[in-house]
Amino acid sequence: MTRWMRHRLFLPVVSLVALILVNAIARPRFVQITVRDGELYGALIDILRNSAPLMLVALGMTVVIATRGIDLSVGAVMAVSGAVALTIIDGSSDPGNVGTVLVAIVVSVLVALVLGAWNGFLVAVLEIQPIIATLVLMLAGRGVALLITDGFITTVTSPPLKYVASGHLLGLPFALFISVAAIALIALMERRTALGVLTEAVGINPEASRLTGVRSRGIILGAYVVSGTFAGVAGVIYSSNIMAADANAAGELIELYAILAVVLGGTSLTGGKFSIAGTVIGVLIIQTLQSTILFLGVSSAESPVFFAFVVILVVLIQSPRVYQVARRMTGGRRHHPAPEVTTGVEVTS
Amino acid sequence: MEDPLVQLTGATVYFGADAALDGVDFRLFPGEVHSLIGENGAGKSTLIKALTGALPLSAGRIELDGRQVRFSSPREAQLAGIRAVYQEIDLLPNLSVAENIALGSESHRWGVIDWARMRDRAREVLRDLGLDIDPASLLGQHSVAVQQLIAIARAISTDVRVLVLDEPTSSLDQGECAELFRVIRDLRERGVAVVFISHFLDQVYEVCDRVTVLRDGKLVGEYLTRELLRIDLVQAMLGRSVEDLRTRSRLRVAEEGAEPFLCARSVSVGTGIREADVDLVEGEVLGVAGLLGSGRTELARAITGIDRLDAGIIRIQGGTDAIDGPRSAISLGVVYSSENRRTEGIIGDLSVAENITLAVQAERGIVRRIAPARQRELALSWMEALDIRPRDPDRPAGTLSGGNQQKVLLARLLALAPRLIVLDEPTRGIDVGAKVEVQNLVSELADNGLSVMFISAELEEVLRVGTRVAIVQGGRIVDTVSCDELTPAELTALVAQPGEPT
Ligand SMILES: Nc1ncnc2c1ncn2[C@@H]1O[C@H](COP(=O)(O)OP(=O)(O)OP(=O)(O)O)[C@@H](O)[C@H]1O
Ligand SMILES: [Mg+2]
Repeated sequence: MTRWMRHRLFLPVVSLVALILVNAIARPRFVQITVRDGELYGALIDILRNSAPLMLVALGMTVVIATRGIDLSVGAVMAVSGAVALTIIDGSSDPGNVGTVLVAIVVSVLVALVLGAWNGFLVAVLEIQPIIATLVLMLAGRGVALLITDGFITTVTSPPLKYVASGHLLGLPFALFISVAAIALIALMERRTALGVLTEAVGINPEASRLTGVRSRGIILGAYVVSGTFAGVAGVIYSSNIMAADANAAGELIELYAILAVVLGGTSLTGGKFSIAGTVIGVLIIQTLQSTILFLGVSSAESPVFFAFVVILVVLIQSPRVYQVARRMTGGRRHHPAPEVTTGVEVTS
Repeated sequence: MEDPLVQLTGATVYFGADAALDGVDFRLFPGEVHSLIGENGAGKSTLIKALTGALPLSAGRIELDGRQVRFSSPREAQLAGIRAVYQEIDLLPNLSVAENIALGSESHRWGVIDWARMRDRAREVLRDLGLDIDPASLLGQHSVAVQQLIAIARAISTDVRVLVLDEPTSSLDQGECAELFRVIRDLRERGVAVVFISHFLDQVYEVCDRVTVLRDGKLVGEYLTRELLRIDLVQAMLGRSVEDLRTRSRLRVAEEGAEPFLCARSVSVGTGIREADVDLVEGEVLGVAGLLGSGRTELARAITGIDRLDAGIIRIQGGTDAIDGPRSAISLGVVYSSENRRTEGIIGDLSVAENITLAVQAERGIVRRIAPARQRELALSWMEALDIRPRDPDRPAGTLSGGNQQKVLLARLLALAPRLIVLDEPTRGIDVGAKVEVQNLVSELADNGLSVMFISAELEEVLRVGTRVAIVQGGRIVDTVSCDELTPAELTALVAQPGEPT
């Protein structure tokens, strides 16, 4: 085996490329990119654009999972932040004003940050199990969103808000720039400072980290703040996409897709070592899969089954255990320089 | 002579491209106690893991009763009557002692687990080992030593033909070792073959009939214990002359009556340690001796801010800064090395370099990251200084042998340039050569003005490195004596608690 084959992103990348290839063969139009008015269009561009909310949520989830935690409240936080943004815009005298929209976005993301801090407080300070701690907000959040919108689905007409999800910049979807900025921000934060390695230390062995003087509390709290804030931004993108605040549909099940993306990217749910690039690929795999389902015209009743089937396939491909069994069955060689003495496969005990 | 019960031929185990075990032959007769000896990383644990199905053999064969076998998991080995207590205790802290002992061999009655019988059985095996604890108590609340005994109890609670003990005595004190040896001899009488791995040569000579020596994953030889001189055994192990292992004597003795660096008064934490007074002068090595559960570790944890004090004060250099948690202790130059290497020390999935620099990084904070190149450089210099092998800073620390992991922890703390280092069983699981190195290191550090608190169940060692020794009994420091005035036997007598059950 060559070195790059043993790289831990090898299999996720292979899965993604395979998925794109299958699509391209089934419908060559999939890989086509057309230029209209200097703006790029095509299925691949759509995938990049539509993946923005999941990308943000999954990046936050990666950091939380690295600390041995989990954040189930991301979907609810999206709903809250969308509701806050739309309510502010709706209530203003000039919904089309860029300033109004900026204020609305900043306020809604700050609210999401506070919600993240609340989760972090429950987990890091009160030491409540993450799954329970974030379940509180998962259940309560949508109710709060409904309260904010008075029980209605608030809709607005506001070109600057619409631009967030549907606009183009330099020919590319604006949402893509948000994704890239988020990826860059997380990568810089985790890998250019010591935050990444300290987060991994806390995730792998919390007690040892504490004894070594690592500020585990701060690191755990910070992870939930990041997750909440990013979910807030995702919520803004989501409501910009439909130009409405829908407390029930916003970010529905996104926590599960985000967890799936993290796992597909090779980060273990038991915490510790994490891969940002892996999560990015995981998100793209999921988004490509969803686009495939749409394109193949799989009926909406069947699509979850189809989705599950492909996910199982991808997970199996990435499982080291399956790898071993397959190698044994095909009689593949091991990659160490040992002389192949009878290893006893043929032996009866 | 009768046929061997177990025979390994050409056993080879690869991790990546390195052979941890290279063509080793090993045989085990029924009714013998057989020791595996070798330096840290020699491949002892690897050999027994391969034997018990915890690791697959890359090459070689295993025969049981003359028939070739292949175990793909420890469970299969257990069914064949081979049980192992691995070096790193693999019990479940959230379950009760009885459940841990019964795990995998639960007694059933009408398809339902028979709890009452399970508890009785557990109590019985524990008592057999001289341990009187409640089988219904949670495992996690017991000390490492008790957990070690529980792991052994689990292994002998079923019918075994081969019992493998990988460093079972590393945290036991003399009394417990004696109980364990009694049980081992008992098993030998009943025809059980016992593999006994230990870095304590005394113990090897005490209970073992035969030794197999490994070095760098290769077989050096198999000997009868009574025919092998200790000096030759050490030579076979190290591959170099014993002359190199000279203990260093202290150059400087801490001044009497100097202003203490650390001054603790009436320190109490729960019932673990009560009203303890400790004074530590710069450059002094204070040994701490006590039986299992006497409060040695509790004292160490209280002084280093790991556990919150219920009462008492700790003053550093006469200052008024309170120690409040490990971080503030570290900032005052007080560091702690836990006896519990796996759960409170090593961060297994991080690299050796990251492990060594972790404490320094934590102190510098998140923003001032140590660049990877600098990190490796720093790590390599410590790996050099403490002779951590293999000299590869990028390898996950969890894949090092036990002794080398211990050195990684020492390096992590020393990299902080501490003023007081509290070492809880720092030589546990370390080979004879490295043990002397650590002891020498401690006295060298003390000569350079570092204060050391040195806790060890090995009393000779405490006397060798210590200037004074604090004797702990039942959560109290009952006396502090100068080490020059004591022989190990006298210290043993002082440590034993009169009147109370131990
Ligand atoms: N999972 C692993 N991955 C890579 N290398 C490993 C792994 N486990 C052990 N090794 C290497 O194999 C060698 C032998 O290790 P082993 O644990 O058998 O030593 P040992 O003789 O038991 O030492 P000690 O006395 O310190 O316990 C060491 O060099 C170690 O680094
Ligand atoms: Mg070992």
